Amino acid sequence: MTEVSLSQVVKRYGQLEVVHAIDLEIRHSEFVVLVGPSGCGKSTTLRMIAGLEEISGGTIKIGDKVVNKLAPRDRNISMVFQNYALYPHMTVRDNLGFGLKIAKHPESEIQNRVEEAAEILGLGMLMDRLPAALSGGQRQRVAMGRAIVRNPDVFLFDEPLSNLDAKLRVQMRTEIKKLHKRVNNTIVYVTHDQVEAMTLADRIVIMRDGHIEQVGTPLEVFDHPVNTFVASFIGSPPMNQLEGKVVDGGKSGLQITLADNILIPVPKRSKNRVSVGQDITVGIRPDDLTPVGHGMKEDGETVSFDLTVSISEPLGTETILFSSIGAKEVQGKMLNPRPIELDERLTFNLAMDRVHLFDAASGQNVLGDANG
Amino acid sequence: MSVMTNIKRKLFSEQATPYVLLLPAVIMILIVVLFPLIFSLYTSFTGYKLTRPDTLFKLVGFRNYVRIFGDWDFWVAFFRTVGFLAVVINLEFLLGLGIALLINKITWGQRTMRTIMMFPMMFSPILVGFQFKFIFNDNVGILNNALQGLGITEAAIPWLVDGWLAMGAIAFAEIWMSTSIFAILLLAGLFAMPKDPLEAAQVDGCNAWQTFRHITLPFLMPFAYIAMTIRSLDVARAYDVVDTMTGGGPAGRTELLWTLIARTGYDSANMGMANAMAYVSIILSIAFTYYFFSKLVAARRYMGGAL
Repeated sequence: MTEVSLSQVVKRYGQLEVVHAIDLEIRHSEFVVLVGPSGCGKSTTLRMIAGLEEISGGTIKIGDKVVNKLAPRDRNISMVFQNYALYPHMTVRDNLGFGLKIAKHPESEIQNRVEEAAEILGLGMLMDRLPAALSGGQRQRVAMGRAIVRNPDVFLFDEPLSNLDAKLRVQMRTEIKKLHKRVNNTIVYVTHDQVEAMTLADRIVIMRDGHIEQVGTPLEVFDHPVNTFVASFIGSPPMNQLEGKVVDGGKSGLQITLADNILIPVPKRSKNRVSVGQDITVGIRPDDLTPVGHGMKEDGETVSFDLTVSISEPLGTETILFSSIGAKEVQGKMLNPRPIELDERLTFNLAMDRVHLFDAASGQNVLGDANG
Repeated sequence: MSVMTNIKRKLFSEQATPYVLLLPAVIMILIVVLFPLIFSLYTSFTGYKLTRPDTLFKLVGFRNYVRIFGDWDFWVAFFRTVGFLAVVINLEFLLGLGIALLINKITWGQRTMRTIMMFPMMFSPILVGFQFKFIFNDNVGILNNALQGLGITEAAIPWLVDGWLAMGAIAFAEIWMSTSIFAILLLAGLFAMPKDPLEAAQVDGCNAWQTFRHITLPFLMPFAYIAMTIRSLDVARAYDVVDTMTGGGPAGRTELLWTLIARTGYDSANMGMANAMAYVSIILSIAFTYYFFSKLVAARRYMGGAL
């Protein structure tokens, strides 16, 4: 059983604190993805778990062992680096077997385990080549092979796919997921690509400026973002965020006014959490803003208003529609698309039960708790 | 008329320009390198003595070569040169590696250190020879003065008089003068070295020594081979330092190939014989260069053409 637990972990470079007392519990055989924009401290956190960066405060435990002062080689981890970090002077076979050789495993066992890893990753034909003679995808595979050969307690992946082209990235993503199913070790994976995070993770950890913003399953962070940052970071195309104000609509209850005189009711679940006069950021996913007749199942409460479509991007199964509310650009989605005229005016349905409300000042979801 | 314009056009055509511009350099190289080389090869088959110019045309076939191959003094000088080369280059490599690793660690004053390191290379080898001759002199040398002044030794140590000590003193001078070539090239290698494989090795279970042994050193070897190629050519033709410090003495105990060649050619005026020796020495140099170059080419494969 290998849990990884971080408690109050801090990283400082001189005066500059880049990771601020983060807490994180990673369960046995869990696939956890740290995601965030560059400079958010995700790679630093991973490197602290690996032991490549010193920990300035707090404790990191792998299994039952506090590893704060342990060298990387004493942590029984393996790591896949962004630039593959293969040993340039060794053949693929020697690259794979190097860790075992250093650990003084018997020759026959090294050979068996290297063959096994090569089999899993389809490296059989490449065993006697040098890294310089491999393509990017093949190098990536060798780097992963080198990690699994040692059968470590924890796998660490540091943006392993960011140097691959788009097609290969999707393919390797699937392979990593398959690999996890097969070896079932604990994996901590760092990426700045939210699609990668959503597709791979059991749980996603969203970081910003050295803080953890939210931890949850992909659907939790998608459906219940705790603040505007998470809301805009997860999901593609990104969530529309519109400025509004809570007003008393008299008989119709609390309402929010948006630009262009659009008025939407405050959803029932948020009624007690907002007050008249409060500035609100309304979060609307493009999926929930659809032209009439071109949406998903249209049950539940909807609000309709007309918008002028300035640009449309047909993707086949759906078309992304660009319009604006006030000065703000908004994106909607058209399912079962039909051709769109230039500057065509369409009536859109807004699915109210999936609208997110954030306090404009703090950026926090007014529902407060992430799983509301 | 039309022939002249034709030549003119060809001479000034775009394809011809590089050849025309290179021509003076090629002619100079022919005059100062190729002709003397052919001439000396020719004289190695004659009994040419500087004092008797007519012997230049007295062909003797392979007699000079047969004589030097049967000459004990020549073989002693030959193998002494090989041994000297091996010791000097290995020590320079080890010291240069140490210096490069240390300079790579410091963060302040790195550039200054690199410049200071190159000072010994700026002196003429003759001056280096004289400097060390003074340092190692058994009567007035500062080394003996220091040793005796500090009470470490009683009697003066005959640094340049004892054969082995003299060889050591010469080696010291060579190493002092040229270790920085290794240091600078290896430092360049360290600067160029990617950090990722080092971290991967740490994660893979290597301690500091294993990381150095299995990752850093193999990466640096191509750089070392370049330095070794340069230095093997240098040391194989070592002359100035040896000649100023000991003149090949005492009693020929520090005689290297080129001091022997100079003595045979100029002091004994046996230029034909000297040239035969010189050709053997050139073959030795070519052998070393070939060896280090083939090592370098092998290493370049995994550097992915980075060198």
